[in-house]
Amino acid sequence: MIDLSIEKKLKVYQGQQVLKISHRFAAGSITKIYGPSGAGKTTLLKIIAGLVSPEKGKIVVDNQTWLDTGNNINLPPQKRTPGFVFQDYALFPNMTVLAHLQYATNDAEWIKRLLLLGKLDTLTNHKPIHLSGGQQQRLAILRALAIKPQLILMDEPFSALDPDMKTELIAELKLIFKELAATVLIVSHNPQELEGLADGELYLKT
Amino acid sequence: MPLVLPPSVLGFYLLLAFSPQHGLGKWLQDTFDTQFVFSFKGLVLASFIYSMPFMTGPIKSALQQLPVSLAQASYTLGKTKWQTFKSVLVPNIKPSLLTAIVLTFAHTLGEFGVVLMIGGNIPGVTRVASIAVYDSVERMDYTAANTYSLILFSITFVMVISVFVFNKYQAKSPLE
Repeated sequence: MIDLSIEKKLKVYQGQQVLKISHRFAAGSITKIYGPSGAGKTTLLKIIAGLVSPEKGKIVVDNQTWLDTGNNINLPPQKRTPGFVFQDYALFPNMTVLAHLQYATNDAEWIKRLLLLGKLDTLTNHKPIHLSGGQQQRLAILRALAIKPQLILMDEPFSALDPDMKTELIAELKLIFKELAATVLIVSHNPQELEGLADGELYLKT
Repeated sequence: MPLVLPPSVLGFYLLLAFSPQHGLGKWLQDTFDTQFVFSFKGLVLASFIYSMPFMTGPIKSALQQLPVSLAQASYTLGKTKWQTFKSVLVPNIKPSLLTAIVLTFAHTLGEFGVVLMIGGNIPGVTRVASIAVYDSVERMDYTAANTYSLILFSITFVMVISVFVFNKYQAKSPLE
């Protein structure tokens, strides 16, 4: 379970706005986060991951305090280790598909399973530059899952996938999320694509 | 400062700093029995100080151009800053790193002012190729000057061409 209450000033074109959120995410739930551009969806995920620090706030995950600005607690991302799918994929240009997963985990069986899940098992020696947009996005998802995270943060994870691949992948992911008993937060500009996957939602307004 | 100081000025200050008569130079002489002035190791040290900015500038710039999400992705996988630097950041600035190394080396190879100031022109000890060119011209020995110049020209030409060829075949980041 994630108990979150944060306040973060955002720089926007018109000046500044404040991202203020208090929310509780149930353990094992899948929540879609949506809202207009600039509402702070990506920032929210990065705050939870420990990549961005809010001015004020508290984040408690499964009774462990990750952030408490009042008591000067702020765990680094290395201690939070969420599975994070970046909007720009953030793939490592120097690494092959296999190297991405081996960088994240030593579990060869799990890597094999992930490669099959993402249909990248025939492309293990390819570097990101030689993958299509959809393949790159799938690799970003697989890399996030490689560490078997308890918390998965996904920023527009299905935007580059064709409809068939999206449906198939979402069905597989649902099983994996359940298997990992992970709490999942998915940012999407297209909330309809998460119908049947998400069991909760959070709307951020500007 | 080494980037903007005239080489002879930097060389002069290094000469004063490493003079065995006083200060740092005296301390080095008394403590480690080592003298940097008019020695090859002094010449190497001075060249290192002088050329360092030519190396660090391009590398810093290349690191800043990498998307910040690369390091962030590595951190979320539980990797330390050092692991991230070693396995993600450095391999992805390889072309810039190579360019910086080669150009700094070529720059150091042709250095004159700093080297002459701190090393002097001692045959077999601190007489480097660029000083030898000057020395030969002073002696009106244009054949020797031409030989030294041709060797320097060839080395730098081959190095620069190698960098261009190597970087051309480097895969570009998909994020560029």
